[in-house]
Amino acid sequence: MINKTIKQSAWFFVIPVILLVAFNALIPLMTVVNYAFQETFGDNVFFWEGLTWFEQVLNSDRFHDAFLRQIMFTSVILLIEVPLGVAIALCMPRKGPWVSVCLVLMALPLLIPWNVVGAMWNIFALPDIGLLGYSLNSMGIDYNFTQQPISAWATTILMDVWHWTSLVVLLAYAGLSAIPEAYYQAARIDGASKWAVFRWIQLPKMKRVLTIAILLRFMDSFMIYTELIVLTGGGPGNSTTLLSIDLVKLALGQFDLGPAAAMSLIYFFIVLLICWVFYTVMMKNEQQ
Amino acid sequence: MAWTWPTAGFFIFLLLCIVSMGIWEKFSPGGGPRRGVFGIDTTRGDRLFISLLGSIFIFLAWLWVFSTPLWGALALSIVWTLFVFLRV
Repeated sequence: MINKTIKQSAWFFVIPVILLVAFNALIPLMTVVNYAFQETFGDNVFFWEGLTWFEQVLNSDRFHDAFLRQIMFTSVILLIEVPLGVAIALCMPRKGPWVSVCLVLMALPLLIPWNVVGAMWNIFALPDIGLLGYSLNSMGIDYNFTQQPISAWATTILMDVWHWTSLVVLLAYAGLSAIPEAYYQAARIDGASKWAVFRWIQLPKMKRVLTIAILLRFMDSFMIYTELIVLTGGGPGNSTTLLSIDLVKLALGQFDLGPAAAMSLIYFFIVLLICWVFYTVMMKNEQQ
Repeated sequence: MAWTWPTAGFFIFLLLCIVSMGIWEKFSPGGGPRRGVFGIDTTRGDRLFISLLGSIFIFLAWLWVFSTPLWGALALSIVWTLFVFLRV
């Protein structure tokens, strides 16, 4: 048994994985690092620029604004989607024929391709022909997401909530389903209220899945691109230009590969830091 | 990929860090787990990760506030790394 665990030949079995990760993650990342310190005008000719692009990005108002918008967007959708997802999961049946129906209905938004979600909501929210836009304007609410930043933000948040709350619901539901009946029986014997059951049984038991849900939603929302570029294209003006859209504008719109690479790295480090802090805090609470 | 010596040096440094951790583990197995001043459980690998991630932000913050040269950021990063490996 001891020989088995210390047998080093097992390392050969991980070589394919190492090669795969190298080709799809490490080498592209190394390329980005190289671009971040150089300037190119094409033709595979590069000029050393040192830290110029990092300084430029760190001091640019455009980056600061996109970053603040990103933080605001992520905070808002997390504050809405997590409580809403838990509430819906609590309302869903645990037994009977309606379980499958509810689960399929919940899974539907997750199955729709991201660009289709953007296109759907774009048409749905158009002020002249879209059901949502037309209805709101008919009720006397001045709504036009193509021209008003507040309307664009509201539509973006609504779209994200529609698309992704299901993920939180399904994870929370899985957490709730895993609670043994004995806990509820004990709570009933003690005469616990619904709130007490939620606070002291259901919520602690859901903690692990909610950690995963929040992490997934944080990362996805921090990198949102496809739905948003189809819905608003970052507009009106720059009002919904979040980090990923700004990055694509810089890299592909302006073909500024150096600043775009520097921005990608800063973006990556911010995501890495927030995920690490978040995961560490949640795991610390878990241990306690 | 347009490699340059400074960027290659950076990746060689990272590789050396990982190899050193492997050698350290060989001579002192178990990863040295402990609960440090931040109250989180860490092993040597975690401490290396925290040191590197913290150092990145020290360099970025220095570049943003003071611009180049980055000697001050390097000194701060070394202090941070020592702190993490000794106390976190």
